Amino acid sequence: MERIKVKKRASTLWNMILGLGLIALIASSLLGVVYSITKEPIELAKAKKLKEAIQLVSPVFDNDPAAEVYKIAIEGNDSLICYPIRSDGKLIATAIKSYTDNGFSGRFYIMVGIDIRGRIIQTSVLEHAETPGLGDKMEKRKSDWPDQFMDKDPEQFDIRVTKDGGDIDGITAATISSRAFCEAVDTAWRSYLNDGKHE
Amino acid sequence: MMENMSENRKNIFTRGLIKENAVFVMLLGLCPVLGTTTSAINGLGMGIATLFVLVLSNLVVSLAKSIIPDKVRIPAYIVIIASFVTIIQLLMQAYTPGLYDALGIFIPLIVVNCLILGRAEAFASKNSLFDSLLDGLGMGLGFTFALTLLGAIREILGSLSIFGFSFAPGDGMLVFVLAPGGFLGLGYIISVMNRITKKKLK
Repeated sequence: MERIKVKKRASTLWNMILGLGLIALIASSLLGVVYSITKEPIELAKAKKLKEAIQLVSPVFDNDPAAEVYKIAIEGNDSLICYPIRSDGKLIATAIKSYTDNGFSGRFYIMVGIDIRGRIIQTSVLEHAETPGLGDKMEKRKSDWPDQFMDKDPEQFDIRVTKDGGDIDGITAATISSRAFCEAVDTAWRSYLNDGKHE
Repeated sequence: MMENMSENRKNIFTRGLIKENAVFVMLLGLCPVLGTTTSAINGLGMGIATLFVLVLSNLVVSLAKSIIPDKVRIPAYIVIIASFVTIIQLLMQAYTPGLYDALGIFIPLIVVNCLILGRAEAFASKNSLFDSLLDGLGMGLGFTFALTLLGAIREILGSLSIFGFSFAPGDGMLVFVLAPGGFLGLGYIISVMNRITKKKLK
């Protein structure tokens, strides 16, 4: 292999400051340019993702839920984000972004759609780090497990896994994930009853 | 002399593919290799992201080699590599959000992928612009090939599907989707590779 002789600059203090400074300057200005170019598409992509998540758990709507977002307080000094779903200006459902810290790999977020009668319309997972092949069956695209929550009224339907005396069949070999998922749905539902409905 | 040079160039490009493959032979950058290869498409995505960063960082390091004093060369390389990683992270977030969701947490890890720093230090800082480009392409393609192959094997055995297309009902061998499967798959591929390359040497 041919090696070209490189004339390196001597490692004097001045040369080091100049060399590193120049590289850092070029790098940071390049980053600034890319950031300003991608800022808008990134926000659009995020908004689109949010809208798709809301569509999954709610009936057909014609408002912009992200524009009317509000928060409801829950236990432990925290709050959940709620998106009112309207059709012709009338509230038809509420999508609530809920979470739990008791997942097998820590916190995960779900979206729960609740109609004006307080029934759960549908649930969907927003982001999680549960075990692939086990806990991730709570995702709709992996299995039909989350359909158990569809069109259920938690007043009559106990959203706990059967192991805890509830009505939900846990995911095989992923009881912790299933339990955490039920807990997140429960948090959303309770906070909805507790002043979560905004006309 | 000319022939010799083009032969050399060909060698610079091709050795990264198999003979000095970053994953199977040099065992570099194994953290993202094991972490992201739960499916073929994830492996391919991570491979292409790394290829992109490797080629650009090789080019810039080769270009800037004369203004970087020896004593601060490592921080200078890190700044260059980290910039390109951030750029690709922003671009992926903006234009391929689906892929970004799957690879998101591994993208910043490209900064500390020793393959990229290794090529900057061992090759790009001592060779011409064009040779560094070839080296980056070769090594990057070899890395992509390795990740896609390992991802495909783990997906076939673990999820009974390939590139997301399921070819058989059922769940497959779960262990191949989890971390131990990554080590197992990698181990078997390396042993096969060793057998092939050892035969060639004889």
